[in-house]
Amino acid sequence: MTDLTDLTISAAREGLRAKDFSAQELAQAHVSAIESANEALNAYVLPTPDLALEMASASDQRLAKGEGGPLEGVGLGIKDLFCTQGTVTTACSHILNGFTPPYESTVTANLWSAGAVMLGKLNCDEFAMGSSTETSHYGPCINPWRREGSNAPLVPGGSSGGSASAVAARLCLGATATDTGGSIRQPAALTGTVGLKPTYGRCSRWGIVAFASSLDQAGPMTRDVRDAAIMLTAMASHDAMDTTSVDRPVPDYEAALGTGIKGLKVGIPKEYRVEGMGEEIDALWQRGIDWLREQGAEIQEVSLPHTKYALPAYYIVAPAEASSNLARYDGVRYGLRVEGDDVISMYENTRAEGFGAEVKRRVLIGTYVLSAGYYDAYYLKAQKVRSLIKRDFDQAFEKVDVMLTPTTPSPAFALGEKSGDPVEMYLNDIFTVTVNMAGLPGISVPAGLSSEGTPLGLHLIGQAFDEETLLRAAHALEQAAGPMPAPADWWSTNP
Amino acid sequence: MKIDQATVRHIAKLARIKLTQDEAERLEGELSGILDWVEQLEEVDTEGVEPMTSVVAVTTKMRNDEVTDGGYPDAILENAPAREGNFFVVPKVVE
Repeated sequence: MTDLTDLTISAAREGLRAKDFSAQELAQAHVSAIESANEALNAYVLPTPDLALEMASASDQRLAKGEGGPLEGVGLGIKDLFCTQGTVTTACSHILNGFTPPYESTVTANLWSAGAVMLGKLNCDEFAMGSSTETSHYGPCINPWRREGSNAPLVPGGSSGGSASAVAARLCLGATATDTGGSIRQPAALTGTVGLKPTYGRCSRWGIVAFASSLDQAGPMTRDVRDAAIMLTAMASHDAMDTTSVDRPVPDYEAALGTGIKGLKVGIPKEYRVEGMGEEIDALWQRGIDWLREQGAEIQEVSLPHTKYALPAYYIVAPAEASSNLARYDGVRYGLRVEGDDVISMYENTRAEGFGAEVKRRVLIGTYVLSAGYYDAYYLKAQKVRSLIKRDFDQAFEKVDVMLTPTTPSPAFALGEKSGDPVEMYLNDIFTVTVNMAGLPGISVPAGLSSEGTPLGLHLIGQAFDEETLLRAAHALEQAAGPMPAPADWWSTNP
Repeated sequence: MKIDQATVRHIAKLARIKLTQDEAERLEGELSGILDWVEQLEEVDTEGVEPMTSVVAVTTKMRNDEVTDGGYPDAILENAPAREGNFFVVPKVVE
């Protein structure tokens, strides 16, 4: 029998249906792998082995009766931003210390009703604010990949670093994640996994701890494009609990794969050729262009003139929304409370102790740009720039079906390497953030290894609600790039 | 934009976050750096451009005005740091 943790979701699905192994065996293999790896990788902040085995046992009963759902028995990791009923959910913040949701997020409820099994809650940057998973209250998550000839720990990217690390290190078959400025796609690129951010409104945000409500979107992280399609089909839904979730049917995304890309029009945005972009990233991009052209795609240059303003506009809009969303953490209804002389000092003490440095920074920036006298100059200006960014995309998509760019400006960096200067860390999202500002879907696909021996990703951008074309193009890219090798296991205590 | 110590203290007050002296001093530089960087937006001509209100063109959905949820105070209160009966307890706010 092959190593069960090494299977893709689609292969596990076939194996379970054919009774080659049981859901309990599959869950046990993951439980053991997590136990053996988590000390080194810190991918899970809360493994849930008992719940996993219990859910797997229920899956086996359904499978025996031939009643299995589309994800029956498939073990998933859940980013700690998703509320899970009865299982502690903290968004990796001290301020939500011990919070046990009395309800389930819509996305995870959809996954459980499709038969999936929860393996535990995954590490992330505090309130998803970060690009390296170093701002987590529970300590940084480590990338299973290392530079050739070095033992220095690398970051897995962020904010969904736990999801990325767990998928890459075979500690789950797939994971949920969220993406506000690149938090699914950037960690996917840095760990050699597939990360899909759907169109804004495709997945319900209900029960996901809010960061920036006009930008947040849930999506899957997996080891191949087919698995991303399978997971998205289960995660997406229209939900009366989220008025921004869109009322349109969810297609079978897997059915869109494998039909080829002959005649597909692929745009190459010239403004993405940014100053200081490494030669290696440039060469990777060119290789991606060649791969698509060789399969019959028509390549053409397009222009997105406001690209360079997306990141600064994002760092007004996202903190502004965050400062408003995080106002609810006041020590009254849930989580941490630090007493004070009166109610105001209780609020101030609670938020001082409960929030980490990056969260404080963003709440303060958000408060400043929304404060009297500055609203027009910052927030309103940023929202106007956002309209221009969206207009750029609308015009470019009159000529092309998808766009191809690199996912990140560099491969995985070392722990602590970029934590000194906030703006330097923010620049990691330079290629991904435009997509959130315009509400579009985007996917990162592994595209080979850097000269350091670490993964690199290519990024495809699709039109709103056309995840089918996006996934079809991603699948073609994946076929050309070939399978991503698993990172060499240095982390297991009993390999 | 240079953020001075008084401004850092003012916005921290608005945001209800108590800062140590060290934090306040560090934030002076960090917030100024971030605001300097976002000020490149001034280069963009936004004359006559409508600010974005929603990325997806949707009309707000309406539902019937009826009660569809509620009636489980224990679930609402089970995470409260301090409770008495069916109430959240806070420090005294009225003298």
